[in-house]
Amino acid sequence: MPAFACIFVPDFPVQALLRVEPDLRSQAVAVLEGKAPLEKVFAVNEPARRAGAGMGMTKLQVEACSELVLRTRSPSREKSAHAALLDCAQLFSPCIEDASCDTIILDLAGMESLFGPLPKIARDVAQRVSDFGFEANVAVAADPDTAVIAAHGFPGVTVIPEEKEAEQLGSLPVEVLFADSNDPDRTQILETLSRWGIRNLRALAALPEVALSERLGQEGIRLQQLARGATSRALIPVEPPPVFEEAIELEHPLVLLEPLAFLLARMLEQLCARLSARALATQELRLQLELDDGSHTKAFHRTLRLPVPLLDEKIFLKLLQLDLKAHPPGAPIAKILLSAEPARPRAAQNGFFLPPSPEPEKLELTLARIAGIVGENKVGAVQMMDTHHPQAFQMRRFVPQDSRPPKAENFSPSCPQSKDETVTTLRIFRPPVSATVSMRDGVPARITCPKRKQIDGEILWGAGPWRSSGDWWEREGWSRDEWDIAVQQESGIALYRLVRDLLSGRWFVEGTYD
Amino acid sequence: MSSSPLFCTEMALGRPPGFSPKSGPALVLERLSQTPRLVAVTQASRLEIRPAPEMVSIGIRELDSLSGGLPRGCLTEICGPDSAGRTSVLLAALAAATRREEVCALVDASDALDPASAAAIGVEFGRLLWVRCGGADGPQPSAVSPQPSAFRFQSSHFRSDSQLPRSEVRDPMSALEQALRVTDLLLQSGGFGMVAVDLGDVPFRIARRIPLTSWFRFQRAVERTPTVLLAITHAPCAQSCAALSLKLRSSAIGRNSSGKLSNISSQFSASSHTHLFEGLKIEGEILRSRLERKPPQSVRTGCRTEAMRA
Repeated sequence: MPAFACIFVPDFPVQALLRVEPDLRSQAVAVLEGKAPLEKVFAVNEPARRAGAGMGMTKLQVEACSELVLRTRSPSREKSAHAALLDCAQLFSPCIEDASCDTIILDLAGMESLFGPLPKIARDVAQRVSDFGFEANVAVAADPDTAVIAAHGFPGVTVIPEEKEAEQLGSLPVEVLFADSNDPDRTQILETLSRWGIRNLRALAALPEVALSERLGQEGIRLQQLARGATSRALIPVEPPPVFEEAIELEHPLVLLEPLAFLLARMLEQLCARLSARALATQELRLQLELDDGSHTKAFHRTLRLPVPLLDEKIFLKLLQLDLKAHPPGAPIAKILLSAEPARPRAAQNGFFLPPSPEPEKLELTLARIAGIVGENKVGAVQMMDTHHPQAFQMRRFVPQDSRPPKAENFSPSCPQSKDETVTTLRIFRPPVSATVSMRDGVPARITCPKRKQIDGEILWGAGPWRSSGDWWEREGWSRDEWDIAVQQESGIALYRLVRDLLSGRWFVEGTYD
Repeated sequence: MSSSPLFCTEMALGRPPGFSPKSGPALVLERLSQTPRLVAVTQASRLEIRPAPEMVSIGIRELDSLSGGLPRGCLTEICGPDSAGRTSVLLAALAAATRREEVCALVDASDALDPASAAAIGVEFGRLLWVRCGGADGPQPSAVSPQPSAFRFQSSHFRSDSQLPRSEVRDPMSALEQALRVTDLLLQSGGFGMVAVDLGDVPFRIARRIPLTSWFRFQRAVERTPTVLLAITHAPCAQSCAALSLKLRSSAIGRNSSGKLSNISSQFSASSHTHLFEGLKIEGEILRSRLERKPPQSVRTGCRTEAMRA
């Protein structure tokens, strides 16, 4: 049995606004369109209608209404809301039609075995749409056009049984047949029907077909078929693109990060809900801010790359906060665009006997916090570089390895001969400590370090020199002699690595053996 | 009217004060045990005995035989002067842990890790998180690239500390504060097999100012977790918070012109061209151990290490 559901969001521009500003839900809101000072009301919600505001009124006229909140229309906000609506519809059916920005039709054929009877599906659809931040009408019927008319005409959830379409739709006014208010024939046909005394669909359905055709043509027949619920057509399915973006255009630029966090929290909540509806996660978050510093606007981009796909709005928010704290935008924020790169969720199933490993979500947050304390370049994993230069390494992002890496990945200058043999290690002084060295018979005999008072005195024992050089073909060529020396200290004999830079002739203490 | 505990208990149980088929302390205990507010209190005789912590290898056989290894869920402190072998033991423990495929973290308060030494000792860098404290506090304003940070020391390797900008000169106190905060974050995050805190270059006069509450907090954070918390210092700082405290000292071993191994301190007068630095002979001593119910041991052991040269 064919079954179709229609999701209709009344006053869509207002609802797209309320989706990101839910605290305005109980207030009268009007959305304005146009350039100042010729702004006109484009959409209003029900409290605003009761307050006297109506579509087409000028800004000056609606400002007379008390306690009316005025907002400017934002196409990017409506685009995000429409994408969210499509994502929500895809939760229930893979075959959906994008009828208009505020109307989505779902093919529910065969879905009863998955989601239960049609009335339950209709209630579930309404509930999920509400979770996405919309107050929508949901109607289920055996025909897509009947479902659309019912969704436009009846508030809440409506289920129209088969063969009872004309009876159910009869009480609706004829205006519901014209979903598009910009239809050029709309006004003329409505005037004609009004002159005939046709007020509702029952009256229209009862008109003789031939006489109606003679007066209104094929359009009249089509409208009558719609009023009877007797149309039949196939859906035009669409595949929503995997684009997950949320945008907010601010009335007044933000100058503090704290209110920005509130907005980001709402946007992340919506993004995560949309990703969750498509059974996706994200591995990359892109934040784009439009900055307004008075004279001109400029863009500010930040990208958060995650080691594994995550879907936790709180973690995303904290990561964004830490990142913005480390890299402040530097000018008031006029527009926020947040997008997520979809990725398949991580299949997290660890074994009982695996060694302990940090949870990726917690680890990412911890690394971001640590980077905020010590600096970005000072936390991560070591990667040795393929050079003979001592201390040649680079820091890379720390991502714990799941399995033992191949030996070729990590270049190491020398490998331990045996697991049981320990290597005497060096503690590096960063930066190297400059020293004054006295030579005797070509051998260091005495050392003085102004910066480290304990390295001062006769060199008791020394071995060397170990001469090395490299990169002579580049500007940063190096050539050095290394000595291992022993110096008497209060706590005993300490061993140091003494280096002479042969290019500059200066002496440095590079580190201590420990 | 009497207001004794027994009377109150009887009132609580809804019995008349005079009703007592039993008498004496047994009756009091029985009735106290039935008092609703005392039912939830576990008797001392039923308290669980904390199980002995699991021990993991340090990576040096002789030290393992001395201390039994490093206890999980406890703080272990290794102290000693410069050139005592603390870093060798630390890196050996990290190498052993990463070989066990555990994820480890090294909080380097003085940015003293030599990656070449760590690679030579067998540390798997893919499982080691290195946090380099010190230097400028907070993030670098210029580091805005979202790409993984990569920099080499070559360009500034032979700049002395007097040539560095003021922000890069390390303040030991600031580095220590960073190290403590980072350690706290890592322990609260959890999941690490070993968290090593390297305070080896922090002067003892500064390290001893670490509040005991910080050490206690660390110890509580790792309690009942499989994490080994290891700290190396000049002298014992954690006091009673450390489950195991090891003191190290060493003597260097050299090879003379005839190829014979000898202690460096006995051949100061020989010509240096004929010498080779072979390694350190480490002596370990248990200063304190909460793991076994016996007085602190003073057993010494030694292990020879091979000198590392890239």
